[in-house]
Amino acid sequence: MADTAPPSKSRDLDKLLLRPGNLVGPTFDPGVQLRDDLQEYARVLVVGAGGLGCELLKDLALSGFKNLEVIDMDRIEVTNLNRQFLFRLEDVGKPKAEVAAKRVMERISGVNIVPHFCRIEDKDIGFYNDFNIIALGLDSIEARSYINAVACSFLEYDADDNPREETMKPMVDGGTEGFKGHARVIVPGVTPCFECTIWLFPPQVKFPLCTLAETPRNAAHCIEYAHLIKWDEVHSGKAFDPDNPDHMKWVYDEAVKRAELFGIPGVTYSLTQGVVKNIIPAIASTNAIISAACTLETLKIASGCSKTLSNYLTYNGVEGLHTKVTEFVKDKDCLVCGPGVLIELDTAVTLKKFIDMLEEHPKLLMTKASITYHGKNLYMQAPPVLEEMTRSNLELPLYDLMDKIPKDILHATGTIDKDNRKSSGLRKLRVVFKGVDGVVDMDMAGGA
Amino acid sequence: MAEPKTKYDRQLRIWGEQGQAALEKASICLLNCGPTGSETLKNLVLGGVGSITIVDGSKVEFGDLGNNFMVDDSSLGHSKAKCVCSFLQELNDAVKAKFIEESPEALIDTNPSFFSQFTLVVATQLVEDSMVKLDRICRQENVMLIFARSYGLTGLVRISVKEHTVIESKPDHFLDDLRLNNPWPELRGFAEAIDLNVQDPVAHKHIPYVVILVKMVDEWKTSHGGTLPSTREEKREFKELLKSRMAAMDEENYKEAIDASFKVFAPQGISSDLQQILNDSCADIGTGSSDFWVMVAALKEFIANEGGGEVPLEGSIPDMTSSTEHYVNLQRIYQAKSEADYLVIEERVRNILKKIGRDPHSIPKATIKSFCKNARKLKVCRYCPIEDEYNNPSLAELQKYLTDEDYSIAVGFYILLRAVDRYAANFNHFPGQFDGGLDEDISRLKTTALSLLNDLGCTGLTLTEDLINEMCRFGAAELHAVASVIGGIASQEVIKLITKQFVPMSGTFVFNAIDHKSQLLTLY
Repeated sequence: MADTAPPSKSRDLDKLLLRPGNLVGPTFDPGVQLRDDLQEYARVLVVGAGGLGCELLKDLALSGFKNLEVIDMDRIEVTNLNRQFLFRLEDVGKPKAEVAAKRVMERISGVNIVPHFCRIEDKDIGFYNDFNIIALGLDSIEARSYINAVACSFLEYDADDNPREETMKPMVDGGTEGFKGHARVIVPGVTPCFECTIWLFPPQVKFPLCTLAETPRNAAHCIEYAHLIKWDEVHSGKAFDPDNPDHMKWVYDEAVKRAELFGIPGVTYSLTQGVVKNIIPAIASTNAIISAACTLETLKIASGCSKTLSNYLTYNGVEGLHTKVTEFVKDKDCLVCGPGVLIELDTAVTLKKFIDMLEEHPKLLMTKASITYHGKNLYMQAPPVLEEMTRSNLELPLYDLMDKIPKDILHATGTIDKDNRKSSGLRKLRVVFKGVDGVVDMDMAGGA
Repeated sequence: MAEPKTKYDRQLRIWGEQGQAALEKASICLLNCGPTGSETLKNLVLGGVGSITIVDGSKVEFGDLGNNFMVDDSSLGHSKAKCVCSFLQELNDAVKAKFIEESPEALIDTNPSFFSQFTLVVATQLVEDSMVKLDRICRQENVMLIFARSYGLTGLVRISVKEHTVIESKPDHFLDDLRLNNPWPELRGFAEAIDLNVQDPVAHKHIPYVVILVKMVDEWKTSHGGTLPSTREEKREFKELLKSRMAAMDEENYKEAIDASFKVFAPQGISSDLQQILNDSCADIGTGSSDFWVMVAALKEFIANEGGGEVPLEGSIPDMTSSTEHYVNLQRIYQAKSEADYLVIEERVRNILKKIGRDPHSIPKATIKSFCKNARKLKVCRYCPIEDEYNNPSLAELQKYLTDEDYSIAVGFYILLRAVDRYAANFNHFPGQFDGGLDEDISRLKTTALSLLNDLGCTGLTLTEDLINEMCRFGAAELHAVASVIGGIASQEVIKLITKQFVPMSGTFVFNAIDHKSQLLTLY
């Protein structure tokens, strides 16, 4: 009883995409059209081409996606080679995104991957809007925060403060450390976004200054003394570069001296690197598991071929194997995926005054803000060319710049000072102009 | 510093040089190199495993190009084993890679002794009959075995090893070994020499909490007839006592002492897990006993004698607010006792080895030292043979799983994975494997599954129609993403088994890609 149909390259995937099922997504419409549409129209962006990114590109390319793009600002290093399997020894020094894209396209015909060797902040917000789904293989909280804010900035709410489905930009986020990892699905407006659950991440370990300066007790203290205190004393002005082997050796030698002074054992070069660079141990297997889980969710979101993860999967392989699914709930007041920080203004307020106000606004505390409105640059702090071009807008009333619409969404990008840590952030602002026809009173806005 | 070994830096930080050395000595055999097997091996090759041998008799088909990264257009028509082998070799030229173009089933039937040359066999995509046969062979030859299977949106991973002992279990969170409730003379002497009531405020707030607690425990015992705080009220009182000795609100060392006071209340002696190991029949050693059990026997003697009911002291102390001088001296005290305890154990190990007719120095010092440091964290893993699990699974557990919402899909898939193998044995194809006649396949699978449940004694329990339909929908598809998860998990377990670090999974892992409520089933 052999199969008489012509051989299909997606022989296995076809079973999921061409056949009807009962445990599937609500919009699932199985058939050849679905499979072909996925290949032709679905566009997925992979953020990061490292341990998770390499796996994601392979997994997505072998899960029916043919239009992929990947963005990563790093170059390949020797220590990547134990898990970032798309890279070889002779690739060391080359941009990860470019080599990864090339390798996958070489092996899997029919897939097109566009690499972007740059920082995620270097791309226009509009770039991210071109994709159906964004898959994250990042290694920092800051980078996740940024992409999350970008994806959530596309979200619009209707007059009843319900999120509009066509503006939802789903993201799938994975993270790993040693034998542990997580995979989560973020649908802005529906599931919690990254900011809604920022409390999930444990605070970074910071040693008290007096311990480093006066009462060191272990090797890490000696290392951080050399790195954070002694370096500046001796090299005032020169920035410490963790990727410079001479700088690292200097820190190691100073740490050894200090350890000897205090009779503390355990300073090694390896530990010095680990502490200074905050090295996270990493292996191929955990990255493979988490990326594949993320890919499955991406496939399900794009095709509806099965139910989606709701919404956070944690994985721990240290002792036996433990997986757990938690359904976190969205924070309705979230600054990022919520309806936006409400700012009420007089129609006479200039753009300059508005930008200054953002510094003081308790929910924002944003300095050096650049403002965009429906993709249009109202004022850009940088680069100098754009600054000059938009400078004249500063003296104009914001109401005029916003086409005299009584209320609308603006996006502000600037420096946010949170817990003494400055990072670049993007925030959604819901601007409402007072005393304009149609908006008499905030409470009546919905029914007008 | 760019020697090739640097590439292993990120994993050396997890399992160290010894773990890496164990990996580099290991020889792995893979059965079937579809995506499940290939992805498992890829992770091991990247990690630097010593050698791999791929056994697969199939040729690369058009459909393989859509699910296996290790083959490409130029591989069409060629031996899959050969193509996968050559790609894996590219990933790490330090690994010795070989392939054998033969069906694993044929090898199992006609050449069982083939497997004895390997450290471990990774058996992927085998059906039940072959699994049982291979399991018997590997048990006989003392070769470690792990099964991995991907099937649509489900799959499983199952280790099969008679016994696997772990010294370096490296648990995430484990209480430090401070002995605050039972200080030995040197620790007590050290604490006595420090005056808690020192006038200098800097000195006052740089006394380590270990010293504070040892002294306060003594003070408490004197006024409470020699007993430790035990009731909730007493524990609260003890904390108040600590608070009362603070000279200022910002004394971190006292805050740490209060936070750490639960370590004083903790029960003395050894854990029930360790007691179980000590009571194990293998602890009655003989000439064939492994090094691990010889050391357990020595540990047992130590606990009953010099240890006074306790294991050898672990020897390290956590960081705590303290002057450098106090901290370093305290560290030395703990290290000295740890070293002294180790010497006793080492002596006992030598004597036991002599008694059973082995060279008294045949267990290296480093091994004994590691054993002492990890005495509280030892693990013994045992896995029943596959056929026992298949013939006599625990009914109580099955019932529990089938009626628990969080487990029902996973255990449903477990039953169905067995059912499809029975189905295939009867009808020569998997249900839903071909597009025509799906309805008939569904109804046949249902009958097969019910009869399986009956055979297992689970009359009255059923699987949902939806799950049975879903299993047919899968049609034995080997999806790349699922194979990648299964391969990731299998490779991680192989690493644990070979490095003998961390604790391998127990039971049978069933992957559930529908809602990701995968589960570990303990069915025997």
